[in-house]
Amino acid sequence: MTVTEAPNVAGAVETNARVATVLHPKGSYEVADHPVPTGKEEVWRFTPFRRLRGLQADAEFQPSAIECEWTSHEGVSIRSVGGTSEEADELRSLRGASGFLPNDRVTARILDEVPSSLLVDVAENAEVDGTVVVTLSGTDADVTEAGHIVLRFGANSRADVVLNHQGSTTIAQVVEVIAGDGSAVSVTTVQDWADDTVHLGFHHVSVGRDAKVKHTALTFGGDLVRISTSVDYAGPGGDAELLGLYYADAGQHLEHRIFVDHDAPHCKSNALFKGALQGKSARTVWIGDVLIRESAEGTQTYEMNRNLLLTPGSRADSVPNLEIETGEIVGAGHASATGRFDDEQLFYLMSRGIPSDVARRLVVRGFFGEVLLRLGVPSVVERASETIERELAITGY
Amino acid sequence: MATLEIRDLHVSVLTDEAPKEILRGVDLTVSSGETHAIMGPNGSGKSTLAYSLAGHPKYQVTSGTVSLDGEDVLAMTVDQRARAGLFLAMQYPVEIPGVSMTNFLRTAATAVRGEAPPIRKWVKEVKEAMAGLEIEPEFAERSVNEGFSGGEKKRHEILQLELLKPKIAVLDETDSGLDIDALRVVSEGVNTYQANNNGGVLLITHYTRILRYIKPDAVHVFSAGRVVESGGAELADELETNGYVRFTSGATV
Ligand SMILES: Nc1ncnc2c1ncn2[C@@H]1O[C@H](COP(=O)(O)OP(=O)(O)O)[C@@H](O)[C@H]1O
Ligand SMILES: [Mg+2]
Repeated sequence: MTVTEAPNVAGAVETNARVATVLHPKGSYEVADHPVPTGKEEVWRFTPFRRLRGLQADAEFQPSAIECEWTSHEGVSIRSVGGTSEEADELRSLRGASGFLPNDRVTARILDEVPSSLLVDVAENAEVDGTVVVTLSGTDADVTEAGHIVLRFGANSRADVVLNHQGSTTIAQVVEVIAGDGSAVSVTTVQDWADDTVHLGFHHVSVGRDAKVKHTALTFGGDLVRISTSVDYAGPGGDAELLGLYYADAGQHLEHRIFVDHDAPHCKSNALFKGALQGKSARTVWIGDVLIRESAEGTQTYEMNRNLLLTPGSRADSVPNLEIETGEIVGAGHASATGRFDDEQLFYLMSRGIPSDVARRLVVRGFFGEVLLRLGVPSVVERASETIERELAITGY
Repeated sequence: MATLEIRDLHVSVLTDEAPKEILRGVDLTVSSGETHAIMGPNGSGKSTLAYSLAGHPKYQVTSGTVSLDGEDVLAMTVDQRARAGLFLAMQYPVEIPGVSMTNFLRTAATAVRGEAPPIRKWVKEVKEAMAGLEIEPEFAERSVNEGFSGGEKKRHEILQLELLKPKIAVLDETDSGLDIDALRVVSEGVNTYQANNNGGVLLITHYTRILRYIKPDAVHVFSAGRVVESGGAELADELETNGYVRFTSGATV
């Protein structure tokens, strides 16, 4: 690690019996079952409500002002479902298609109210060439809207999908990922929004039997971005890799939450999230909830979050929570650390003649390198690297 | 011909409380081709001298001068000092995760030489230097110092010495923590550097055994933050026999 290890702001690791009951209670599709949150709830206490423009409560979802385009590939069908009355049944069937069950008001409202869903359908056994890129461009931060995307990967398919978010909007969004049995897929969500965007994203990933899913969140732009990703397993042998890379500038609130629900035997999960913060009141939150249920013998899980504070005045919270209900596991672990930029590293590099700006860049690139190496999709790596360079330029690094 | 001149150097270390004076008037001159050994007990200020020369921000020069060929070293930033031809092999090299040795070495060489070395020549140069220091090729892809043993770190310090070719090199206890084979290899590395570049060496050490491999032109005994006696190689022999007692009794640190 490139930083001096220090205790995390939010407190020590909580290995407790609250992951299942308090943090992730059983959900419901009924909006009325979910009270409007106050902000004091455990799952919301890190999120500044006054900047959410009412998304957490009952802000009206307006007609979409987001422009959507995508690349086309053999074996992949992409379309918007719900535009016509004939599609009403299909639309209904897509809601919760991954098994996603809302456990807060906003997600229940999204599924109840969205007039259409974007469906990315990858055929069984398809080996998709290239990267499927869906670009969502917000055009107006004053438009508050809901979004629903379903990524359905057929059994034994192979595909890489990128959701690119850019521009200005205020959006509450559910993304459902169904990775069919034996599939090997990656889903990358890139939040490269303009400065005025507010984005609440809820991803749910259902990992099929012997399926391998890589889910990556890259978050750079936006006033407030909060991405929650939950994972469960439709059968044994599933493998979920959750990656995240974020870079918060002055005033930004970037929050990532994962909940891995090990509910099937012999499955794996591995999470690696790394974030850098620079500028006054740059703020990040990482919550890593892992639950190993009694039925999940043979589970192997590891989660790690690292944060690098590049300038004073920024704050990173990092809270891993691990709850284990069976002793029959292969391994479970977590690590979390937040530290300041290490002046000894800077001194060492400079003592070899390397100017301070070059040295700082080396260290920050090195810090993110571990995540970049694991992204796997070349265009995503390139995008992430470019964005890191752009961010580095902001502080004159 | 390069000369490093240290005159009446006083240095305090910044602590959580008040700054603490460590160096109390150091005078030393090191020129190209010369090897000066600085020997002293633990805590006498040897590393403080080394860090001060390199410009570590924790060490504050309160008075005195340091010049390299007449240029004011103390006015230079850390990286400027290195580019001016000063090098410090550290007692405790720093780990930098995620930055490969290859990337680091090339970035440093580019900075010090003022231009990127031609790639093929560079690769060959690094390979040969690594082989000479008996460093396995796979270290090139490892992160700087990360997970290296003490001895591996020291070899890599000397690798940098050979590649960056400074005018004056300060080696801070490069010998400590090395077994006898590693000591020989590292010493040969220092001698190679010196022979190829006519470098000046300020060899800081606690023990005399490295002086069997690196022959000093002068030996300086360091105690309580200053040079208390200077002599030839025979002074080291005396220390070998009698230890530092003669120099430390009555001294207050
Ligand atoms: N960063 C520091 N903070 C506090 N004290 C220090 C620091 N660096 C050195 N000192 C003190 O300065 C004195 C000299 O240390 P050092 O220069 O490391 O000696 P040597 O290298 O000869 O063993 C010691 O008393 C040591 O405790
Ligand atoms: Mg020392």
